[in-house]
Amino acid sequence: MIMGIGEIIFFIVGAVAIASAFGVILHPHPVYSALFLVVALFQIAVLFILLDAEMVAFLQVLVYAGAIMVLFLFVIMLLNLGRDPEAAPASWKLVTLGLGGVLGAELGWFFLRRAVPPAAIGAIDPAYGSVTALARTLFVDHALSFEITSILLLVAMVGAIVLGRRGVD
Amino acid sequence: MGPEIGIAAIKALVVLLIVLHLTVFLLWVERKGSALIQNRIGANRASIFGVLPWNTGIVNTLMADPVKMFTKEDFVPEGADRLLHFVAPFLSVFPIFVTFACVPFGDEIQIGGRSVSLQVADLNVGILYILAVVSIAVYGVVLAGWASNNRWAMLGGLRGSAQMISYELAMGLGLVSMVMAYGTLDLQAMARAQGAGLGTFLGFGRPVLDWLPAWGIFFQPLAFLILFAAGIAESKRIPFDLPESESELISGYYTEYSGGKQATFMFSDFAEVVLVSALITTMFFGGWQIPFLGREGFAFPWGGHVAMPRLLVVVAQVGAFLAKVFFFCWFQILIRWTLPRFRYDQLMRLGWKVLLPLALANVLVTSVVILLAQ
Amino acid sequence: MVPVQYYLALAGALFAIGTVGVALRRNVIVMFMSIELMLNAANLAFVALARALHSMDGQVIVFFVMTVAAAEAAVGLAIILASFRNRMTLDAAQLSSLKW
Repeated sequence: MIMGIGEIIFFIVGAVAIASAFGVILHPHPVYSALFLVVALFQIAVLFILLDAEMVAFLQVLVYAGAIMVLFLFVIMLLNLGRDPEAAPASWKLVTLGLGGVLGAELGWFFLRRAVPPAAIGAIDPAYGSVTALARTLFVDHALSFEITSILLLVAMVGAIVLGRRGVD
Repeated sequence: MGPEIGIAAIKALVVLLIVLHLTVFLLWVERKGSALIQNRIGANRASIFGVLPWNTGIVNTLMADPVKMFTKEDFVPEGADRLLHFVAPFLSVFPIFVTFACVPFGDEIQIGGRSVSLQVADLNVGILYILAVVSIAVYGVVLAGWASNNRWAMLGGLRGSAQMISYELAMGLGLVSMVMAYGTLDLQAMARAQGAGLGTFLGFGRPVLDWLPAWGIFFQPLAFLILFAAGIAESKRIPFDLPESESELISGYYTEYSGGKQATFMFSDFAEVVLVSALITTMFFGGWQIPFLGREGFAFPWGGHVAMPRLLVVVAQVGAFLAKVFFFCWFQILIRWTLPRFRYDQLMRLGWKVLLPLALANVLVTSVVILLAQ
Repeated sequence: MVPVQYYLALAGALFAIGTVGVALRRNVIVMFMSIELMLNAANLAFVALARALHSMDGQVIVFFVMTVAAAEAAVGLAIILASFRNRMTLDAAQLSSLKW
């Protein structure tokens, strides 16, 4: 198989994504876990660009890396967390890693062998993934879901403020 | 494939060099300018072999100081996280320079039958790219504060992250109203749209208000104020310099940095000043446009025509862009040396209770006006 | 071009790693980050399938997932802060007063 530039990028980015995902769950220090997660999110954003979803890719960086993960880091630093004091027992580690391996193998086997979507990603019209197309789908086809999401955000905001208030009746 | 990559590389190099030089030059402007504002003499040593009639301090600011900083001991405090302590300055300077990639600095030119747009990356989601990359810059501040193992640095990092996230909201909403007004996310298209007369742009018909250029400041003045304030807050300079406030936190998040790494932090501050100026210029002050200067030369709405060769037009436009950017750099230095620092609660109140509601109202009014105009 | 199955397999692998993280770690914040990883794996699958089916719906769902993740992060981190204030620990094994 001759590899094009798309394949090469995919395999490099995918390998980095999996490696940093392991970093998230295995590094004993929460700050490093958060940074590994940021790296993984960037890799996924690159994959989005490969999949012609530029808008979603930049939103991914803006929302996840720029806001959500900064919030995580902020909390980790606010609580001044060090390394995790106690790790799980070794037997439990083995069990979870084994079960996780089984889950991963199952998912991989299912997607690579049994799933039925069209195999190769073919050419596509240039409007795909554009802001206009995304906005039309979002605000016309899914207008109700969009409004419900805004209510969800409002409720979450109120909830966070109530939970975050210190020492009230 | 080949020539495009070469052209893109040349453009990237040119932009990088311009930004670097402007940034270093601003160091001197700030020192001399602050002296001018405070009625001092300022940097005044090492004239160029006694050639200049007055000692402007340009040699010691632009050559002696950088050499001094980069040859100093690079100190890493005890108990610091060495890896993150090393990475943080680069994380803070890198996003700023990358953002310049989609700032247009001129119209397109023809080279050997090939049309070259004077902008490094012709992204059609330019505004989103800027927001995304600028939001990454906060990691440099947070990690520098955390990795230094110093409580003042840590406090500076915490303050910096809270401040930058807060003002990003107002900035994003301000950009949204600009995107709606221009109907595009592409900065080059925005700059091009501002070449028309104001009346034509707003759809009034030809004779009304065409003596004004269609610069963003005339139809989105509120967005200009919001974006300028939020931009200064993002660059963490006085009056928003709480992350590094020296009277309380020594130097905030870069307290434990010395030598080249500290210089990198200072450098990223000045590069941010240039970035804010470039974006404000592009969105509100016509970008590279000169009023009434079209592709063929000046064409005044009240009649009259001055023909100019195409190359001269392009050069004049690039020059106009640089002049405008420099004006706003100077304006920010003026603000920095005029205003005192906010208190922390004032900073948060300005961000959340003033700028954010104003930006939301601006988006609402803009959308209603656009809807009515259709 | 890369076949869509590869993207799906990668998403599956990331999802499995996230699951392991939730089960393996005791630190509530790291468990939370593993959940974010799982959400992102799902996002990747959505975008890949949207591309393969030439439909924008998958991308819109990613937009919603991001919104939900932001809301979840705000509330979840507020809960973590509140529980840390009361118990001075983030160890999931010790936050067990609701256990019967």
